[in-house]
Amino acid sequence: MTPDVTQALARQFGLSADEYANVLTILGRTPSYTELGIFSVMWSEHCSYKSSRVWLKTLPTKAPWVIHGPGENAGVVDIGDGLAAIFKMESHNHPSFIEPYSGAATGVGGILRDVFTMGARPIANLNALRFGDPKLAVTKRVVDGVVRGIGGYGNCVGVPTVGGEVNFHPAYNGNPLVNAMTVGIADKTKIFLSAAAGIGNPVVYVGSKTGRDGIHGATMASASFEKDSEEKRPTVQIGDPFTEKLLIEACLELMATDAIIAIQDMGAAGLTSSSVEMAGKGGVGIELDLNAVPQRETAMTAYEMMLSESQERMLMVLRPDRQDMAAAIFAKWDLDFAVIGHLTDTGHIVVRHNGVIEADIPLDPLADQAPLYHRPTEETPKPAKLGPVADPVGIKSALLTLLACPDLASRAWIWDQYDSTIGGQTVKRPGAADAAIVRLDGYTRALALTTDCTPRYCQADPEAGGMQAVAEAWRNITATGALPLAITDNMNFANPEKPRIMGQFAAAIRGMAAACVALDFPVVSGNVSLYNETEGSPILPTPAIGGLGVLEDAAQAVGQAISPGQTLLVIGAAEGWLGQSLWLREITGREDGAPPPVDLAAERRNGDFVRGQILAGAVRACHDVSDGGLLITVSEMALAGDCGVQLSGARDHAGWFGEDQSRYVLAVDDAPAVFSAAIAAGIPVEVIGTTGGRNLTLPDGDTISIADARAMNEKFFPDWMNVTAV
Amino acid sequence: MKAAIVVFPGINRERDMAIALAGSGATPVMQWHKQADFTDIDLVVIPGGFSYGDYLRCGAMAAQSPAMDAVRAHAARGGYVLGVCNGFQILTEAGLLPGALLRNAGLRFLSMDCHLRVERNDTAFTRSYQTGDVFRAPMAHGDGNYFADDATLDRLEGENLVALRYATASGAIPPEAAFNGAARNIAGIYSANLRIMGLMPHPEDLVDPLMGGTDGKPLFDALAMMEAA
Repeated sequence: MTPDVTQALARQFGLSADEYANVLTILGRTPSYTELGIFSVMWSEHCSYKSSRVWLKTLPTKAPWVIHGPGENAGVVDIGDGLAAIFKMESHNHPSFIEPYSGAATGVGGILRDVFTMGARPIANLNALRFGDPKLAVTKRVVDGVVRGIGGYGNCVGVPTVGGEVNFHPAYNGNPLVNAMTVGIADKTKIFLSAAAGIGNPVVYVGSKTGRDGIHGATMASASFEKDSEEKRPTVQIGDPFTEKLLIEACLELMATDAIIAIQDMGAAGLTSSSVEMAGKGGVGIELDLNAVPQRETAMTAYEMMLSESQERMLMVLRPDRQDMAAAIFAKWDLDFAVIGHLTDTGHIVVRHNGVIEADIPLDPLADQAPLYHRPTEETPKPAKLGPVADPVGIKSALLTLLACPDLASRAWIWDQYDSTIGGQTVKRPGAADAAIVRLDGYTRALALTTDCTPRYCQADPEAGGMQAVAEAWRNITATGALPLAITDNMNFANPEKPRIMGQFAAAIRGMAAACVALDFPVVSGNVSLYNETEGSPILPTPAIGGLGVLEDAAQAVGQAISPGQTLLVIGAAEGWLGQSLWLREITGREDGAPPPVDLAAERRNGDFVRGQILAGAVRACHDVSDGGLLITVSEMALAGDCGVQLSGARDHAGWFGEDQSRYVLAVDDAPAVFSAAIAAGIPVEVIGTTGGRNLTLPDGDTISIADARAMNEKFFPDWMNVTAV
Repeated sequence: MKAAIVVFPGINRERDMAIALAGSGATPVMQWHKQADFTDIDLVVIPGGFSYGDYLRCGAMAAQSPAMDAVRAHAARGGYVLGVCNGFQILTEAGLLPGALLRNAGLRFLSMDCHLRVERNDTAFTRSYQTGDVFRAPMAHGDGNYFADDATLDRLEGENLVALRYATASGAIPPEAAFNGAARNIAGIYSANLRIMGLMPHPEDLVDPLMGGTDGKPLFDALAMMEAA
């Protein structure tokens, strides 16, 4: 027996008293149990963006190369040669804490579906990960599970995982962030959308069978964690990458025909959101017969089927005369194919099960009257600029400490578990360049892909941090020679009902928008994950940015690796900004001061100059200056090229480790030519050293061998995970 | 030279293989496992991936597929067969090559470049290398730890049927060069008639200077020179 529907039950389902009152008004009666479930997931934060919508609308989303901005399953941009890149980043934070392997794996699966739903073959995966204090056993368990989960899914579906970023901070102890990004390629004239059309046309379910896994996952993702989070394990979905692989191939095979009118993956809120969104966008009604839904378990109720988040499922509207041909394709791939309903002219979603109408909801008010909150905001006070800080340890000692710290240590242990070469098009693998470079099969053209955010900057000053996250993504793409085109954003914040948190969100959006405008780098897709807090302790505000750029010729891409006989130049001005730097945190234990500001005009000018030099063939290697400052940048270039550097020009700790923005280190053959070009363009430039030998030699003669630097840089993860380095 | 690339559900490196074969001048054709037909085919390739999700045991399900009867028939009439990664696992599960591929010694998926030493160059697969050559190739597997009983290993070595060994860049073969723990550093082996080769790493993903090198290309150059069977 299903429980009686009451306001108390509605509250358990996550609906407020006002929201429930509106449900009663819309229906003119008490909802059925299934209807209450449908309203509660559709109006959850996760599906309705009720707290964030008013702010997201202020982001710039247009450019001549944008084909589809936010509102579709993923963003679509024109990349030339008649091709479109389709991409998006999405969080799977809450499930990844409860069950790290499955949470992360299904995060990858979900974002893959958002991309191939639109007609694209996925060609690259990336991720952005934030974990708690490495000293905690739980962090180690979560990192191990998340990395295995991302690899387990991505490796099996055969999409290379080419890039990502990882940070550690105690603010993520109870709430790690797992943000997964997929990039796919399609013919730009053959993009598939989700708006249903054609009264009477069949609604077809394909993919895996429906089980009881993930019921109410969207609601879980819209609440904070309390002590009982372990008990929420039944709401975590289980992924099946093998079925996903079959689904990709079957869908792409069908998409090569003219059978599909509309298609949508079943992600959060499963059959409910896919059917509601397809019919709603198309302005039609939809009738479903749940007895036709392929089921993995017996005696499932309408409520369970409508809310299940079983993975690897898609919903399509087909041309009736192509139904048999479509069925044959799915039979070839051994996937379920079932007509589970049809489109109607009623404007309602009607759900039947065992001959009984379990739900009958008008679609317009379900969408139009979804809650929309202008939640109160409280600005984070602007932090004071950091005053002078003495150097307690010296340059060499600080360098070795920083190279070994969890936030800067080599990520090889992680990316060595991800297949990054499958497809045979990975020009720059993880760690080889500031952005991953993936060539398009059959073309000279390549994409440059990156994920970026510096949460400690966002915590200190959300507006400056939001701006910096976008600027760093743009910079990382630029540093390879590629032209940045667009971003996807993954807004990870804590409880929006707290004015300080909502204020962080609003300020981050302001900063991001300013950077997007100044850098011609619009937002084309995104995802919001709120309530990222456990027992009242919030995460750092983390607006993770996934950036995409294009190179007309993959051969023009440069990486970080230097070779002997080159000159190093630094592009961009610096005053030695130690506020919120890793040096400050790792060497003095302080996390204060204002983060380094981004001068967007200088960012644009410096970046356009660097890209121009790379495309002119003048640059052998390039790396932006970010976490850890200039000396870390140079060290990473030395490690990448397994080549020494003789540095010149005395600097203090603020000069070597300050995190002043908008800077690049270039390795060039003809230094005078690049130097004069920079001067002519009004770009700050300085020669900082030459390459060669087996040591990193500081201007004062202090020396670190590349071998020692490497040993320090590569020990954190293997030591931590108690594995033997290979 | 005409090569059939057999595609089982879950195979995912078939396009990489086709690019490498075509790049050396061979003519690859994809063959869905249920329609495998090797008439006029010189080389049958079983590429990498996760056939049937590797949910039972790597390669175990595909090894039972009717397509493998056709592969056996092709081999029985002296045809050439190449199995890479999951393809190698399938060949061992099907009994066309001895031994088995166990979980990697560290129990983790390993995706990295390895160095391979060519143990003999008088075969259709390696004649564009010199014996003792060391070449680089990406590896990407969770189950590449080659295992066989000592008698089998002794026989493979005695009959000179080890094709490739994990090595250092300079050609030494210390156990630590076999990142996955493979017995006697074995990365690839031949059948007794030298017509079937299985290997774990992916030379097909290193055939283009833009992707970091062309170390894998001689393998496909050699295959492309193959005379019709």
